[in-house]
Formats: sequence, C-alpha cells, structure tokens
Amino acid sequence: MPPRAQSGLVAYVNARLLDPATGLDGAGALLTNGEMIADVGPGLFRGGVPAGIEVVDCAGLCLAPGLVDMRVQLREPGEEHKETLRSAGEAAVAGGVTSMVCLPNTDPVIDEVATVEFVARRARKIGLAKVYPYAAATKKLEGKELSEMGFLAEAGALGFTDGTRAIRNAQVMRRALSYAATFGALIVQHPEEPSLAEGGAMNAGELATRMGLSGIPPAAEAIMLERDMRLVEMTGGRYHAAHVSTAEGVEIVRKAKARGLPVSCDTAPPYFALNELAVGDYRTFAKLSPPLRTEADRQAVVRGLVDGTIDAVASDHAPQDADSKRQPFAQAEFGGVGLETLLAVTLELHHNAHLGLLEALKLVTCAPADILGLAAGRLKVGQAADLVLFDPARGWQVKPDQFRSKSKNSPFDERPVQGQVMRTVVDGRTVYDRG
Amino acid sequence: MTDPRFPHRHLLGIQGLGPQEISTILDLADGYVDQNRGVDKRKNLLRGRTVVNLFFENSTRTRTSFELAGKRLGADVINMQTSASSVTKGETLIDTAMTLNAMHLDVLVVRHPDSGAVKLLSEKVNCAVINGGDGSHEHPTQALLDALTIRRRKGRLSGLKVAICGDVLHSRVARSNIYLLNAMGAEIRLIGPRTLIPAQVERMGVEVFHDMRRGLDDVDVVMMLRIQNERMKGNFIPSIREYFHFFGLDREKLAMAKPDAVIMHPGPMNRGVEIDSDVADDVERSLIREQVEMGVAVRMACLDLLTRSLPNSDGSLV
Repeated sequence: MPPRAQSGLVAYVNARLLDPATGLDGAGALLTNGEMIADVGPGLFRGGVPAGIEVVDCAGLCLAPGLVDMRVQLREPGEEHKETLRSAGEAAVAGGVTSMVCLPNTDPVIDEVATVEFVARRARKIGLAKVYPYAAATKKLEGKELSEMGFLAEAGALGFTDGTRAIRNAQVMRRALSYAATFGALIVQHPEEPSLAEGGAMNAGELATRMGLSGIPPAAEAIMLERDMRLVEMTGGRYHAAHVSTAEGVEIVRKAKARGLPVSCDTAPPYFALNELAVGDYRTFAKLSPPLRTEADRQAVVRGLVDGTIDAVASDHAPQDADSKRQPFAQAEFGGVGLETLLAVTLELHHNAHLGLLEALKLVTCAPADILGLAAGRLKVGQAADLVLFDPARGWQVKPDQFRSKSKNSPFDERPVQGQVMRTVVDGRTVYDRG
Repeated sequence: MTDPRFPHRHLLGIQGLGPQEISTILDLADGYVDQNRGVDKRKNLLRGRTVVNLFFENSTRTRTSFELAGKRLGADVINMQTSASSVTKGETLIDTAMTLNAMHLDVLVVRHPDSGAVKLLSEKVNCAVINGGDGSHEHPTQALLDALTIRRRKGRLSGLKVAICGDVLHSRVARSNIYLLNAMGAEIRLIGPRTLIPAQVERMGVEVFHDMRRGLDDVDVVMMLRIQNERMKGNFIPSIREYFHFFGLDREKLAMAKPDAVIMHPGPMNRGVEIDSDVADDVERSLIREQVEMGVAVRMACLDLLTRSLPNSDGSLV
C-alpha cells in the first residue's frame, strides 16, 4: 500500500521556483496542503514558516512541476520480466517523472475498458508516478477495426494509438481521426510507412551500407506524415506525431502548423542527443524505432525544439531484457529505457545553450500536459502537488546497472550528464528522496 | 604475444586492416600455395590446436576450404553446422559461445546470416575468431583470396581497375573486397541495377555504374557476384531473363574490358544468370578455379597468423 496522503502542511522553502507555464523563475517557497499545492510564490514565508508546518529546505535547488512523460511502454500486463508498473513507477520518480502515459501494446492489449481500469487501479495502488493509458486506436492493434473510443475515453484513456505500429491503412486512419474527433480525442501516430521500414534495423545510408544492415530511409517518416497531414486536413481530427526523428519530418509538421492544422508532435532524447553513429560496432542498445538518424537530422530536431515545431519531449521508455538485446543487430528488439535519463538529457538542450532552463523544462511538463488535456505540469494553486526538486548543474554518469527500471537497455549508457533529481513528490507525498 | 606484423586477436573483417597487414597475409599465403602443390601438404605448425568451423548457414566450399587449411597445418578440425533458426529458438548465440568456451578451442571460424553476429560471438569467447561471412557485412578471407589470385596473375593490386558486378546490396564479398582493394590502391567500380546497389555506397570510395558496358570499359578485373534466386522473383529484379540480358557477363560485354582482363566469381555460380558458361569456363580469362586454390592457402595463412597471437602460444595454460 502507498503511504497515506499527508493531511498536514508542508513548506518547501529556500527554493528556486521554476514554472514553465507562467515563466516564473525565482527564489521563493511552495506550500502543499495534503495532496494539493496550497500556495506558491517569491514572497511566501519571507517572514518565516509558522509553527506546525513541516519544512523542507530546498537549499536553493530548483523546484519545478513533476515531469509529464507522454510516451512510455510499461510491459505490464504481459511482459513483467522486462518491466512492471511498480519498477517503472520507481524508475519514473527517480527520474522526476510524476505522470506518464503508457502505450497500449501490452498483452492483453489495452483496447477494452477493463484493461484501462486495470492499469489505472494498479498504478494508483502502487502510488508512485501516476499512470494514464493510451488505448488502442484499433482493436488488438491490428489496424483494421476501430476500438470503442467513446467508452475508452470515458474510462480514462488519454488518447488513441496503435503504439509502436503505424496506423498504416489510410481509410482506417481517416476514420480513426474522424471518429476520435467526435469525442475530442487525440490520435497519436508512430509516423513510419511500414513497408519501407520492414526488415530495416537502422537508418538507411552510408553507415548501414558499411555495416551490411538493412536500412530504414528517412522518407518512411516523411511519407507517413505527409499522408496523415492530408487526412487531418480532411477530417479535422487532432493528431499527434510521436518521436519525430528526421529533418523532413520536422519540416512537414512545421508547415502543417503554419497551415493551422490541429497537429502536435514530440521527440525523444535520443533524437536530439545522439545520431546513427551510436549504433557503430552493432551496439543494440542504440537500436531504436524510429532509428537514430544522421547528424543533420539531429540538428534539425534541435532546431524544431528551439522554434517550437516540436511541442514536447517524451522518454519513449521501451524496456527490453538482456536476452532481447544480446542478439545479432538485425534480430535484437528495438527500443531504449529513458525514464531515468529524461530530465538530464533534456537539460542538455539548456546546457548547450539551445534553450533557456524554463523552455527546456516546458517540453517535459506543461507542454505535454496541455496536448493531453491533463491538469498537471504546473506550479498552480489547487493542482495536485506533483513536484520535482533537482540540481541542474550536478553531473553524473549514466550507469544502467543502477537504474530502478528492470531493464537496463539505455542508449545513453556511460554518458556523462548534468542535472540530478534530488526529490520527487506525488500528491504531496515524497516518493523519492536522494537524501 | 601478438605477431607485430599482424597484431590482431581475431579476423573479423578487412575494414581496419592496413596495406602492410594485408600484404603480410598474402605473402604468407603465397608460401602455402607452394606447399599445397607439393607431395607433403602437411605441416605440424598447429599440432594439438583445435579449430572449429561453426556454420549457421549452409556452405560447402568455404567450410571445406577452412577444414583443409586447418588439417594441412596439423590442427584438429571439427565442423559444426547449425541452422540459425534453431539457435534463435532455443540456445542464444551467447549460450553457444559459453558452450564453446568450455571446450577450449583455439580458433573458431564462424559463418552467420546476420551482420555483426560474428563480432558479437568474438566478444564472448576466449579463442581467436575468423569471420567466415556475416550477413551482408564482411567475408574477409574471400577478399584476401581474391586479392592473392589477382596479385599472382597481375603482379600487383595497386592501380588496377576492378569491376564488381551484380547484387552488391546483399553481398559481404563485395564489401570486403571494397575495403581491401581500396586499401591496396586499386580503382573500384560497382555495376548493377539500382535496386541492388546499396545507399550511399559511393562514399566507400567506389564509382557506380548502371550500364554494364560502360562500367566494364577498360577494366583489368571483372568480379561477378552470385545472385540469390529468392531475390529474382520480382522483388529486386523482375526476371532472370531480363537480369542476364542487362547484367549477365557474356562475351559481348566482356569485350569492353581490357584484352587481358580476368574474370572472377566467389562461387557457386549461377550459369546463365549472372555469367555465361562460355565465359566462366574460358581458361585464358577465368580465374575461378585459381580462386578456390588460393582460398585454402589464404586460410592457412590466417590460421597461422592468428594462432601466433593466442594467449597460450608461449606454452602456458589458459
């Protein structure tokens, strides 16, 4: 059972408050009352904290809204040897993530109200990061028949997606967008033309040619996005492209937004922090879907983040056990874990002077929350007290064997990073404390 | 103790080898050609050593060639033929490596249908590993035997114009040859339909032609690649008939090459698909039989060099 919610008051004093939603960046304090944020501001407790209030001294570190991770794979139910809701919850809070949205590609698939409720109930009971499911856009993720989107949305599904598979049939996508729009629901696409990606293990190009691996051309992303933009235009459905990885992909979304289409997109840290060279020597931890692209693509993704074309950053957490990765490259599974490196790698955008600290934080807090319609990712009075306290300057090295996640397949293995989570608070309770 | 002329524990590919190292292997192999032509073909250099040929793909030629090479150097040679599918089902490649480690092998020759699989195995075993072909990645001993064949006929590699023709996309032979010929200063042309030429291959230092006659113009060496039947059924090319017409080597196309140009093929040949029998059997031009002979010598040289670098080659226990 989770620790009971504190009924009392807790004052987080001596903090550098960061609220990307309002632009607040300054010294101050925050007061929680039970599960809620009761007060926040630069002037709070300037005269000292009244007796009877528990005090947490933030020692000048950054106090920000807990991270909202809009794309994770949790593997429960069905593949608990790779990850469970509990191990993912522990990984999440260690990474400062207080809300995460899971893909429906579990076994059974999240395409029924009962499964949506199972995941939500299990996660509530565990009491770590909050888990919200996406439900399948099509039954059993087969890409044929629409799922019961109305019921599923009522049960708490935050959006609809076929997970790591693209909705390939144009007519099915058209109807999914159209039907979802009936309920104002979001369709999340894995933008990759499957026939061009089939059998591919990495980005197509010189490196794949040298390594003798079958490549996935960047056009696979562009073709699917172009098609989908037309379907969005046709239906008016809300569309979100997950993990955009190519220069062309960023450009297509940029133009669609300029035309006023109801389109958003995210990317994941590997796509702005790594390029295809990371798969050199057949390193399967860097085998991701979509594949890591060229340096020019990586730079275009950074530009997309800077100019706002890319709305959010998600961890794209995809746990795989050792047996799934210790394989010849073509046979190894796709994906990397990311919950515990999301904040630090995203902060590289700030440390490398691409974005301000608030702008970088926005990508993993209020921006994804807004796309999902979640009341999260803000330091707002009356909202749940989901917080992260972190030291933006503190350096550490990524050591997957120290991860809380059951799976250790990080593409950032051994990378020196900057930005350390010190404490994570969910609904007013401290669920992670580095001490 | 590694041999300073070849300071490598494994032979996983040609990529990364320098011209001196390649020449070291070829020079040593030259000597073995003479030995193989003599009456006493056997040396006791590898006496007591165990060489295992671990083949996850069907192969007769390469496996036999390695087997002969090992035996002629006095090693005990074991052949293990496994299908890759049974491996993925049950025993993983890593488990296989652990099993082999317990058997105290000295040299492991591996062929595997996946690119990079031989390297993965080499990271987990204690013995020396020779790549006998991994996926579409590399087949280093084939490139070495091709180089030896050319060098013996032409007296050099540097400055020669070499055309590699056919299914470059799926060919590990092509990749190893590109690395080797580039290292040795030859000029490389690739010839094939666009569907069988891999992306950005020109960045590997080659010139690409889609018109075979133009590509063969003035070349010294014509290397034909084997085309797999399953790639002929409308996936990459529409038909055998059409392929042979545009990219099969026949007298007429060969006439574009230098008058003394030689023809090579890694075997087994598909006569009438990528090469006309008439050309393949031309004793003046075809070096296909010599390639097989050089194969044994080159593999002897590789076994010889790599066993010099084994951790127990000073007599100690491992």
